[in-house]
Amino acid sequence: MDDFKHCAYLDPILTRFENRSDYLVQILREAQDCFGYLHQDAIDYLATKLNLPRARVEGAASFYSFLHLQPPGRYRVLFSDNITDRMLGNQALMERFCRNLWVEPGKPAEDGLVSVDFTSCTGMCDQGPALLVNGHVLTRMSVERVDRISELIRGKVALTDWPHEYFVVADNIRRRDVLLGGDWQAGEPIRAALARGADGVLAEMKLSNLRGRGGAGFTTAVKWESARLAPCQGERAERYIVCNADEGEPGTFKDRVLLNSYADLLFDGMTVAGFAVGATKGLVYLRGEYRYLLPKLLANLERRRIDGLLGTTVCGQVGFDFDIEIHLGAGAYVCGEETALIESLEGKRGVPRVRPPFPVTRGYLGQPTVVNNVETLCKAATIALNGGAWFAGLGTKQSTGTKLISVSGDVEVPGIYEYPFGVSVDRVLNDCGAGNAQAVQISGASGVCLAVHEFGRRIAFEDVPTAGAFMVFGAHRDMFEVARNFSHFFAHESCGFCTPCRVGTALVAKLMDKVASGSGSQYDINEIVSLQRVMQAASHCGLGQAACNPVMDTLQKFRPAYERHLRALDFEPSFDLDESLATSRQLTGRDDSGAHFGQ
Amino acid sequence: MDAMDAVAVKPKVRVATTSLAGCFGCHMSFLDIDERLLELVELVEFDRSPLTDIKHCGPCDIGLIEGGVCNSENVHVLREFRKNCKVLIAIGACAINGGLPALRNSFDIGRCLQEVYLTGLNVENGQVPNDPELPLPLDQVHPIHEVVRIDYFIPGCPPSGDAIWKFLTDLLAGRTPRLGHPLLRFD
Repeated sequence: MDDFKHCAYLDPILTRFENRSDYLVQILREAQDCFGYLHQDAIDYLATKLNLPRARVEGAASFYSFLHLQPPGRYRVLFSDNITDRMLGNQALMERFCRNLWVEPGKPAEDGLVSVDFTSCTGMCDQGPALLVNGHVLTRMSVERVDRISELIRGKVALTDWPHEYFVVADNIRRRDVLLGGDWQAGEPIRAALARGADGVLAEMKLSNLRGRGGAGFTTAVKWESARLAPCQGERAERYIVCNADEGEPGTFKDRVLLNSYADLLFDGMTVAGFAVGATKGLVYLRGEYRYLLPKLLANLERRRIDGLLGTTVCGQVGFDFDIEIHLGAGAYVCGEETALIESLEGKRGVPRVRPPFPVTRGYLGQPTVVNNVETLCKAATIALNGGAWFAGLGTKQSTGTKLISVSGDVEVPGIYEYPFGVSVDRVLNDCGAGNAQAVQISGASGVCLAVHEFGRRIAFEDVPTAGAFMVFGAHRDMFEVARNFSHFFAHESCGFCTPCRVGTALVAKLMDKVASGSGSQYDINEIVSLQRVMQAASHCGLGQAACNPVMDTLQKFRPAYERHLRALDFEPSFDLDESLATSRQLTGRDDSGAHFGQ
Repeated sequence: MDAMDAVAVKPKVRVATTSLAGCFGCHMSFLDIDERLLELVELVEFDRSPLTDIKHCGPCDIGLIEGGVCNSENVHVLREFRKNCKVLIAIGACAINGGLPALRNSFDIGRCLQEVYLTGLNVENGQVPNDPELPLPLDQVHPIHEVVRIDYFIPGCPPSGDAIWKFLTDLLAGRTPRLGHPLLRFD
């Protein structure tokens, strides 16, 4: 392909994004849509046009797992590989699928028709096993569906002609409290906020004591106020409201439901935040796996512009302009970390920044930026409407309001449950029909694993904080395998910037594999423990610091599950020594005792 | 033994050293502690080591291993050290990571042997050496911690004499060995 051809499809994209290099990730994503991958010449062309070093462009393109520099298959099939997908049999399904189509995982088929691989949790834990085909999510896989999909691919049927029911994503809302059960008109929270005035909204937010729902639990009012007070910088001086919809934590899918069915509440919340903070622009960072929601969200934004809920003089308030745009992620868990997310919004590799400065003073494009979780912004909208005292009356003292919990795993009724904070783990288990649970992984892979004796504990920042995941493991599950799955997740998702995390996560995953293969010993367990210390103390961001949590928790609470796999208590080699001489034995024709290892 | 004698004659720490798939560079670096060798021999005595030419290792306190594991003999030597040494130390890049010899890991050992002894240029009536005296090569070169348990690691290619000295004196004095930044800097 020569330059001419590339400019044919790249120029319109570049024009749409005003040749702005901070849209690089979005430009790359759209450019890829044309041919399924990014040609080397296209990278050159983009670098020239955007006036960026080529390494910046290729560096970004190679960082995200949904961007490709080599042609994948025409049908790129990714099996979601969260532990909940595994428990629903995704591995056997993938093997069957590969057998059907004569492909190997990770290698495109020779005719270029299809490529198959695993991907991290797609947020469909309540309706798995899930898979992505060319970025579109398919749920509830079964032997029958996998066989049918193989036929569709062999028949080269366009994705749009595949059975509609494969693409259905259900909300599965099981328990509604004040948020999910509320009845609001789009724009109502904004009008309420305008009536209260910016100071009034901030006062209500303080009164509500709302804390961030993304996991860290920082007080939202403090964040908003800091951004409001922080001075803007330079030419493009404006403040930003960023919605973190990069819901990558394995086992979490509450934001998916909010984005699907409560998008108006989210956009209201962002607009309220914009009003209180003095921001004129909102950005939603939507994870690549939720791309199927994009058309619906864009249509919603368009409708809101027509209704006067976005744009200039929002709701008739002279001087209050606010608009929202959506950025799509491209498959990087680390971008859920707020500074990595901002880097990605700016078109770079999603490598977390050093804090301080915090985003509230120097965030997106160096401007004061509020980054809030989807659920937090929805809650903020309800506070603008109903007041802070109403909100503070729910939940516990330090954890006010309600929390959306994504329940999956060995339960009868997986889905979304909304409870006031302070609900006991027992209560949730009871409501979702978890018969014989032996453990619950709360708040995803980097969260905490609770054993039966802890089921009386409460979900709240005072006791067990959570970003929303609630994965239940029945008595028949091997908790070692659960931890091993998570260790591979972190090794895959480490951004590679700092050594303790990049190397540490890989070493832990390798040691877990060694134990799984039956060559483990107490020594390997000790190694994992000492690696954990290094990673926790020396990693650049929370990913590396938390990467060993599931292993450490299960080691503490389910040690026999590990010991069952150990071969000896002292030490075993990590490979089969005698087997490693096989080739030499064959070539020399030797079979004497010197050609074998005795024990 | 008489209690008085035990106090009077403080037994020396026994040290064994060997080079597996290495270049003896780490041993050379060990000798770079220079005149401090005299201080060292006040505290230790050497068992099996290229320095003593003792062929097999007896019960020891410390074993120093240079080089990775590339053939069956390396495995036997390593096992002998592990069996006899209370503390086993991997010294240098090859012992820790496989190092230079491990560059052969991307090649198939069978094809290497064939090319060298059977099909290569100027080979006539070739035969792969098969004398039972010869150790067989492993299909891959491994760091030593993949074969036996290793207690300590001294990084470097080679670690400097100062690093080795610091490490050993820490160990002999009962301190957890700790190489500070200057001793871990290689550029």
